[in-house]
Amino acid sequence: MSKLGTITRRTFIVASTAVVGGVLFGTYKYKQPVPNPLLGGDDATNLDFASPNPYIKIDQDGVTVITPRAEMGQGIHSTLAMMVAEEMDLDWKTIKTEHGPASNSYYVGIMMETLVGHQYDHSASTQRKRKLTHIPAKFLGIQMTGGSMSTPDGFVKMRSAGASARLVLMQAAAEQWGVDAISLTTDNGFVINPANDEKLSYTSLAVKAAQLDAPASPPLRDPSQWRYIGKSVARVDIPAKTRGTAEFAIDVKQEGMLHATIKMSPRFGAGIKSSDTSKAAAMPGVEKIVQLENNGFAVIANNTWRAFKAANAIVVEWETASYPADQAGIMEIYEDSFRSEPNGTFDEKGDIDLFFADKGDIVEAEYRVPHLAHSTMEPMTAVAQVNNGRVDIWAGNQAPVIIRDAIMELGGYEASDVHIHTTFLGGGFGRRAETDFSVVAYHIATQTNGRPVKVTWSREEDMQHDFYRPAAIARFKGVMGEKKPQAIDIQIASPSIMLSMSKRGPIPAIGPDPLIAEGTAGQPDDIENIRIRTFAPELDIPVGFWRSVGASYNGFFHESFMDELAASRDIDPVVMRLEMFGDLAPPANKVVEKVAEMAGWVGREGINAGASNRGRGFAYTLSYGAHTAQIIDVSMTERGIKIDRIYCAVDVGVAIDPRNIEAQIQSGIIYGLSSAMSGEITFADGMVVQSNYHDYPAMRMHQVPDIEVAILENNPRISGVGEPGTPPSIPALSNAIFALTGQRIRELPMNKHIEFV
Amino acid sequence: MKLNINGDYHEVDVEADMPLLWVLRDEIGLTGTKFGCGIAQCGACTVHLDGRPIRSCSYPVGNVKGKITTIESVGDPDILSKVQEAWIELQTPQCGYCQSGQIMSATALLANNPNPTDEDIDQAMAGNICRCGAYPRIRAAIHAAANAMKEV
Repeated sequence: MSKLGTITRRTFIVASTAVVGGVLFGTYKYKQPVPNPLLGGDDATNLDFASPNPYIKIDQDGVTVITPRAEMGQGIHSTLAMMVAEEMDLDWKTIKTEHGPASNSYYVGIMMETLVGHQYDHSASTQRKRKLTHIPAKFLGIQMTGGSMSTPDGFVKMRSAGASARLVLMQAAAEQWGVDAISLTTDNGFVINPANDEKLSYTSLAVKAAQLDAPASPPLRDPSQWRYIGKSVARVDIPAKTRGTAEFAIDVKQEGMLHATIKMSPRFGAGIKSSDTSKAAAMPGVEKIVQLENNGFAVIANNTWRAFKAANAIVVEWETASYPADQAGIMEIYEDSFRSEPNGTFDEKGDIDLFFADKGDIVEAEYRVPHLAHSTMEPMTAVAQVNNGRVDIWAGNQAPVIIRDAIMELGGYEASDVHIHTTFLGGGFGRRAETDFSVVAYHIATQTNGRPVKVTWSREEDMQHDFYRPAAIARFKGVMGEKKPQAIDIQIASPSIMLSMSKRGPIPAIGPDPLIAEGTAGQPDDIENIRIRTFAPELDIPVGFWRSVGASYNGFFHESFMDELAASRDIDPVVMRLEMFGDLAPPANKVVEKVAEMAGWVGREGINAGASNRGRGFAYTLSYGAHTAQIIDVSMTERGIKIDRIYCAVDVGVAIDPRNIEAQIQSGIIYGLSSAMSGEITFADGMVVQSNYHDYPAMRMHQVPDIEVAILENNPRISGVGEPGTPPSIPALSNAIFALTGQRIRELPMNKHIEFV
Repeated sequence: MKLNINGDYHEVDVEADMPLLWVLRDEIGLTGTKFGCGIAQCGACTVHLDGRPIRSCSYPVGNVKGKITTIESVGDPDILSKVQEAWIELQTPQCGYCQSGQIMSATALLANNPNPTDEDIDQAMAGNICRCGAYPRIRAAIHAAANAMKEV
């Protein structure tokens, strides 16, 4: 999932004239600490707990770290808690984490860093400009999880929170003992006086510490002193997730709770022509059927299954959609868009038109990818209660303040009236950055006389009402030099996700959408002549952030074409890539060299078409700041193509928890390969054809091989790892299949062209 | 009707065609068993009926004749707890939503086959989808649990 950063990229560009002046005006305000939402409106002089900053709460029961990013499997609660524990000297075994309330104080500070320079550019001036973007990010105050941003965003913030809390606790102990705070030390949740070996627990100091001011910019420890960061800890969420006691939104229980489901128009944007709900309303357990504006119904019942059954019994004729009814018609709009004005031009260098005018030896290819659903394991679900002017929403969600603000606007509430309780997420992948499942639960809860209601979507409803990863077409033209490409001209057509989002939220979409090109644009390609143009077909099919966003298809486009160029001259693709990097990004060379070493890559031997029953493919993508290189081995079996082994080298800058990073990289690869092998959302009669896991399959156990991950730390900037594993996985597989069979797959999913085990 | 769940009897008054999953979740309040697809395709709803793994989302409660075991019966039977220990040891879950079903399938496998090969695991676990892709660690955790069982 990406950056709301990109949401704001736009707003930022538009507002940048104002912001340039505003930065100066804003710097003073920027330096003020954010309000602490944990202190509420209470009299801060009379608390039985200490909260020196929005991230830490200390009371008689221990220390709770507020980890205000959605725990959707990526282990972020533990990662953020490690950063606090490192500076605060906490005992890992006693750590408690909480998601905390929705609050602008939990904004993502690095959200707009992608505005500045290429991801591989770490020059002093670029770093300075990146820092400046933290100022408008603070004023936007967007709390959200995605874009692999949580770890880099928290890296200084959470350590500072821990360090500051530690100093306050030392001060409290110093006052109690009547000694100088500088003479004290800390250890595993205690302040210690080395002079007499006396110690006081943090919990016993909570009340006293609550009276003191915490320092704003405490010094941080040198990495040589780290005892948690860089080691693997036991994740805090895992025991509950093995006992079935972890609470997802679908597990929330409230007194007097009703169960509901929805049946929305299967044609996006199309309303109700006629309907008959009488049969459904008379079914067992049904309390009420509610029409949702003009595009759907909710069934409120006393059991989810009874609600599902009644929803199926609602008879509706829906209006027709504004977009072409079938897949071919939709793709025609894509094709036509190449003849329109480009949406954006990226990385332009040299004179492409002049260069291609007199070249005979041109390699050309067109690639296509389909729409994709997120298909999180937990279908969309939220619990809502609207009672006495107060709204409560329990939802696994990636954007609590955006949900809060949407409900405030709908119902005319104050922020203090709307309470967002973020549960564990049964998968996110970008889908839960949307507000629809929470907002629809709110609407339904306004119809239940104050009773809480759990709104569970059926799998079919979930799959057919997603904010899809858009389909895309790319046209590449290239000319090879002796060792690397001399010129590449690229055109990519895919709808603007930002434009789609602007239609359902307070986000203006003006100017080029960089998401269309990300993963092809911004790669460390040291090529003399390059041009990337994007085209944005417009359709009323909702599209959104899907793990690695534009890079999810651009990785496939760019890396397939690089492999085609290398093959056209019989050059080793790994050697060509190292040549192509030039001096742009030394960490990129390192990950490519590392993955080649792990796989025992020996040049093109064995990768030529039809040479044996084995093949291997290579791909590299820079996404979300992380240089990532992969090699996939495949073989031909009687039952189809089998993936034998996967190697990945990724540079994360600083590895917080290597074991967790490994899991995330494996996860990103499997998510990418699932889509590559068999993922496809298509349309017929204006409706999504696929409905469940039988026709939108995911990789299963027997298809997943060993995945070896090497974690490097050469990059000067720390990066997150939720997304970078995905983009190169898809081309590494198709390049391997080319090596195995000589068949170049230019259209996804691959099972349209070949069979997998 | 009367159901034996994790050794306790529960009296429920529901339609015979209601899937067991929704009786467990919405009538009895045992929410450890998850809803994923409703058509026995993903395995998130896996429970045991007399030790045999079934997909509770597609199993009419009226057909249940026997003892039901869910993830909530922590540590009982013994194999379930060994599996859970291995799951924690290898830090297996990610989002965790499919894991109740994964653990119930793995437990049933190990009850029948204390020493499964990779192929046995592929076969027994084929009905359980994990969208986070925790598969490599699920496989490793099943082997680890098998080893732990031998040491007892």
